[in-house]
Amino acid sequence: MADGERGGTRAPSPPAIELRGISKSFGPVQANKGISLTVAKGTIHGIIGENGAGKSTLMSILYGFYKADAGEIRIGGRKTDIHDSQAAIRAGIGMVFQHFKLVENFSVLENVVLGAEEGALLRPSLAKARKLLTELAREYELNVDPDAKIEDLGVGMQQRVEILKALYRQAEILILDEPTGVLTPAEADHLFRILCGLRDEGKTIILITHKLREIMDVTDTVSVMRRGQMTATVKTAHTSPPELAELMVGRKVLLRVEKAPAKLGPTVLKVDNLRVTDGKGVERLKGVSLEVRAGEILGVAGVAGNGQSELLEVLGGIRPGSGSVTLNGQPLALSGPRSDGRARRMAGITHVPEDRHRLGLILDFTAWENTAFGYHFVPEYCHGGMMDNQALREDTEGKMRRFDVRPTDCWLHAKSFSGGNQQKIVLAREIERDPDLLLVGQPTRGVDIGAIEFIHQRLVQLRDAGKAILLVSVELDEIFSLSDRIAVMFDGRIMGERLPHETSETELGMLMAGIDGKAA
Amino acid sequence: MDFATLVQVLDSTLRLATPLLFACLAGLFSEKSGILDIGLEGKMLAAAFFAAATAAVTGSAWIGLAAGCAASLVLAALHGLASITFRGNQLISGVAINFLAAGITVLMGQNWFGLGGRTPQLEGAARFQNIELPFAQALSPVPVIGPLYSQVLSGHTILVYLGLLAVPATWYLLFRTRFGLRLRAVGENPAAVDTAGVSVTGLRYGGVAICGLLCGLSGAYLSTGLAAGFVKDMSAGRGFIALAALIFAKWRPWYALGACLLFGLLEALGNRFQSIQVLGVTVPTQFMQALPYILTVVILAGFVGKAIPPRAGGEPYVKER
Repeated sequence: MADGERGGTRAPSPPAIELRGISKSFGPVQANKGISLTVAKGTIHGIIGENGAGKSTLMSILYGFYKADAGEIRIGGRKTDIHDSQAAIRAGIGMVFQHFKLVENFSVLENVVLGAEEGALLRPSLAKARKLLTELAREYELNVDPDAKIEDLGVGMQQRVEILKALYRQAEILILDEPTGVLTPAEADHLFRILCGLRDEGKTIILITHKLREIMDVTDTVSVMRRGQMTATVKTAHTSPPELAELMVGRKVLLRVEKAPAKLGPTVLKVDNLRVTDGKGVERLKGVSLEVRAGEILGVAGVAGNGQSELLEVLGGIRPGSGSVTLNGQPLALSGPRSDGRARRMAGITHVPEDRHRLGLILDFTAWENTAFGYHFVPEYCHGGMMDNQALREDTEGKMRRFDVRPTDCWLHAKSFSGGNQQKIVLAREIERDPDLLLVGQPTRGVDIGAIEFIHQRLVQLRDAGKAILLVSVELDEIFSLSDRIAVMFDGRIMGERLPHETSETELGMLMAGIDGKAA
Repeated sequence: MDFATLVQVLDSTLRLATPLLFACLAGLFSEKSGILDIGLEGKMLAAAFFAAATAAVTGSAWIGLAAGCAASLVLAALHGLASITFRGNQLISGVAINFLAAGITVLMGQNWFGLGGRTPQLEGAARFQNIELPFAQALSPVPVIGPLYSQVLSGHTILVYLGLLAVPATWYLLFRTRFGLRLRAVGENPAAVDTAGVSVTGLRYGGVAICGLLCGLSGAYLSTGLAAGFVKDMSAGRGFIALAALIFAKWRPWYALGACLLFGLLEALGNRFQSIQVLGVTVPTQFMQALPYILTVVILAGFVGKAIPPRAGGEPYVKER
């Protein structure tokens, strides 16, 4: 596998990281199989692969979370035993996790020094850290108020704190796991500038991502993982997104969705001045108005947390709201007993929730039981209060075949399926109910490329069958490739609507940050 | 209420607040590390019994204190084992410790001393003696300040003063030292501590051990300072009152002192005024003595505003990818 590597400049210094024959199994599952990887010092090295390809396991081994069953790790040319995080830090490795490991009610300064204090008393450590943070801020555009509480900072700032933590520990190697998932395009650009600055200082950066565009934009070298193995390592300049996608999946993949122009029908959903206040009294939706017509996909773009989740939840009947919503001209109740999920389903709205683990599935239940949720009362499955489990199981098998869920075994627990197959189970349940309106949130979050292609095709088929779809996604690529119209949400409002062929990522990015270029 | 009565009530407030204060600070250390502890009561009770029993046999209150702390530490270690190492349910472990202590103290007491679960009456060096602070005699004629100093502040056992000193010590340890920063962090987000290369398990055991030690002091004070021997169930729910005080204090050491003094005051009032006339109606003794417990219920029902506990409290830490 190491022979997949191509020449490039022969640096005189030893590689920053060298992994030789790393293997790791969890029970019968082999997560890493004989992985070898060489990362040159002072480069940005991308690692891509589908979910479950073993990227996270490999990085966890490198950061001392797991012990490899076999193989050796060399840092800076020396064989290093990394048995815990402390050892990884000593070896100069810093990690920025996808979910930040920060203490929310501590200040930035306290988070930075935690675990790397100078002595038993805090005061000298804090003073030293404050001085160092000022220097780092000047050097790398990493400005953060050292006395701010983490919980008062936005995600972009919190991520900087994570990077500062690593630099404070004098990390020479920085690993970032899916760093841009929660950032606006502008914040992501800033992050990449910081990373390039760090690389130019001689630091080595490993970027784990599933976004091909990021790989192409910032990495020097890219390694592809598939099913626990390192399938290729190539110079970024010598490759292309289609080639990388093929290496990841093992077959040719359509990155663009093929779709015919929309044949618009009458208005299905009409939302007028919709408001939602959450349990803490914070207004999450501040008067949202929109329309979705039959045969159309309306994509709602925006950075996570700007009201998209609340929009889906209130339309899906999970959360009360106020304002006016009509479906095919009939008003929908927004609070009270007639506003629940069952009433919505009876009215013809089905919902693929954003977080399938929390709202879409019960992971400890079987696939056929999961297929019944929300529809357990329909006559096909239920006669006089008794469930017809046999019919339900046969029906589930059919759904699983039609949606290519693998393995096709309705007795498996939902947690045993991969993310993509779990999502297909939810989609099968909601789409095959033949809804007038499908609400779908983050349909491809945590889903591998192969399944993304399938899910996108299914959504387009549903639209072509004359149904209305309201799509919420934080992935701009997804919004662009699926939507017939794009609405951008910011701070509980619709900032603007655009047509995909008349707008650009830059313009949407501005809208997502609350700046209306046209109005300005 | 005249001045002399007030002085007496305040004096007894300080006495009665001390076991609560130790237990409350004990709970503070445990909960700050993310381990809920409703077993404060059981640890106090066990410590009270072993302190009194050892003091009765050896004739030394100090050896008794050491035995009490040791007993409490053993129970704390048990709680740690169940909830940190084996990631069990912390509430159930705490309840088990309470039952264990309630049963074992009486059983062993009866077996050793044959007094129906009591220990023999402690006298002389087997009890902690009251200490007269310097200048207490000289200052006592000074109006107001004199009696407050010589009668309220002076004349308690060493453990009362230790309890008062434990408050600033706790504050300093938690907010000015490396250990404190890490302990507070592990109760908020253990993953942050783990990825920073610090042992979550070690820190939590540390918090639980300090909790055990402080519960030991609390229990020993009950049976060898406040009273002169162990009586069945003598902790009388103080461990739970200390937990209420901890919530009331919103997990802050100085507020904990205030909360414990308030509970001590209510208990002192209940003891001093067995029956009082309010607006011509006689308030029954039972009501007066129930005051601390009533306040506990009021506090736990959330009448004191929002208290935010350490966020990772009650959850065993499982390393995730």
